[in-house]
Amino acid sequence: MSRSASGLKAWLLQRVSAVYLALFCTWLGLHLFLAPPADHAQWAAWVARPWVSLSFMVAIVLLLAHAWVGIRDVLMDYVKPLGFRVGAMAAFGLVLLASGLWAMQALLAVGMR
Amino acid sequence: MKAKRPVFLELWRIKLPAMGLASILHRVSGVLMVLAIPLGAHLLHQSLASPQGFAATAATLSAWPMRLLLLGLTWALLHHIFAGIRYLALDFNLGLEREAARRSAQVVIGGAVAVLVLGVLL
Repeated sequence: MSRSASGLKAWLLQRVSAVYLALFCTWLGLHLFLAPPADHAQWAAWVARPWVSLSFMVAIVLLLAHAWVGIRDVLMDYVKPLGFRVGAMAAFGLVLLASGLWAMQALLAVGMR
Repeated sequence: MKAKRPVFLELWRIKLPAMGLASILHRVSGVLMVLAIPLGAHLLHQSLASPQGFAATAATLSAWPMRLLLLGLTWALLHHIFAGIRYLALDFNLGLEREAARRSAQVVIGGAVAVLVLGVLL
């Protein structure tokens, strides 16, 4: 990841993912704010719609990438000792990956039902 | 390069211009949201897993400590999006002049708070 997400590529990835995430978060936020799901059946049915599921999955992948590039930049700026920096990056990487898999699994399970 | 140079780090006496404030808040809001990702994944998973899980998520979200946290995260998202749009505009050489940049930074900082207050009132 650090190799493929370095320099110009990371810069571009951060901006492309930002545009998608801004649109996705606005849409999801407005949906939850204006029409909050009343119960589990309604919520699961909405998320299970193919286009909703797909946009969630794309958002999760892009969010992980965006969060990784962002947190990596912050760590490189403020954490100077190499050991701490690598340790913190590994910890964030693991937590982000685990969170992504956990969320992905929830979406797949609701789609399979 | 180890010459003694003056260091002025009295943070309460440094007046950060609006551009700087918008910038550091962009960072702070980003880090806050990254820290909330595991919680978000957990709540998504729990709410989708079963009717009991949905009820548990709804109960968690309406408890007041979580409401406060949610309020903070909503501000973070709003500020991050507004500041992000400003940075994209700057990338396209829009609003680079000092006064325009100062003005847009003020709009970003104020706009995030304004939309948050509006959302709470509605």
